[in-house]
Amino acid sequence: MDFILQPWSWFVSGFLIALLMFVLLLLGKRFGMSSNLRAFCSICGGGKVNSFFNYNWKKDSWNLFIVVGAMLGGFIASHFLSNGSMPDISESTKLALQDLNISTNNGYLPNELFAIAALSEVKTWLILISGGFLIGFGARYAGGCTSGHAISGLSNLQLPSLIAVIGFFIGGLFMVHVLFPFIF
Amino acid sequence: MMKKVLYIVLGLVFGVIMYKSEAASWFRIYEMFRFESFHMYGIIGTALVFGIIFIQLIKRFNIKTFDGEPIVIEDKEKSIARYLIGGIIFGLGWALAGACPGPIFVLVGAGFVPIIIVLISAVLGTFVYGLLKDKLPH
Repeated sequence: MDFILQPWSWFVSGFLIALLMFVLLLLGKRFGMSSNLRAFCSICGGGKVNSFFNYNWKKDSWNLFIVVGAMLGGFIASHFLSNGSMPDISESTKLALQDLNISTNNGYLPNELFAIAALSEVKTWLILISGGFLIGFGARYAGGCTSGHAISGLSNLQLPSLIAVIGFFIGGLFMVHVLFPFIF
Repeated sequence: MMKKVLYIVLGLVFGVIMYKSEAASWFRIYEMFRFESFHMYGIIGTALVFGIIFIQLIKRFNIKTFDGEPIVIEDKEKSIARYLIGGIIFGLGWALAGACPGPIFVLVGAGFVPIIIVLISAVLGTFVYGLLKDKLPH
């Protein structure tokens, strides 16, 4: 039981993710999470405004059940399979966090951004809104996110996915190393 | 009906993996972009190694779906601009919010209320992309 409550190793986790993609392929489906965001737009009537959202999302409704499951999984993992402690990140990362005024005595997510109390600050809203917007816009522009490109696409040795993943890292590195000191 | 339950169960497994591997934690994403731990690279790298093996097995042995259909994985459309520019925009958001689309759903389930703002904004970002799609380089 102790094994379950501890954070899972990268090897076990990585293997299970690949296995999940394999099972989905055997079910005739493609592993990709960001396409659900497009489905949400269509469900909300986006097809009336723009033809990009006028597609048969019902054909992809299986993926919405994956989303429901992922939420349930998050609920079960956080409430019954862990103690909500902060990930055991490296000492040098903890030092860097101090410069961002983020506590190193924290929870699974930084309270400075994801505690309800943090919502009293306008800055938190701006960070969460811009982060989400960039994720949604960028994922659809690139035709996929981490699951669709970094896992599914690269596993199928797709050059476009490699370009996308390089892009993910250019953006991520720029954000963390150049923009974070101005944002936090 | 059975299929729906199956997809919910697969999603549930995915959610537990994302949470328990800490791939859904802002801290791990920050650490990854600082190159200060092998953890995230280990997860993605292992998934990739086994992913390549599984897909090669499907191709070499013509493995069919459970329904007996052939598995044909379409190649991604060729382009550089859309993947690079779109990728960079996605990466900026991934590092800032510390979550990609899969973990966003997982964290909503885990009860982090502010992540709902990230989710709604991501849907909005997708919508705005759809509006601007024809004006952007692809």
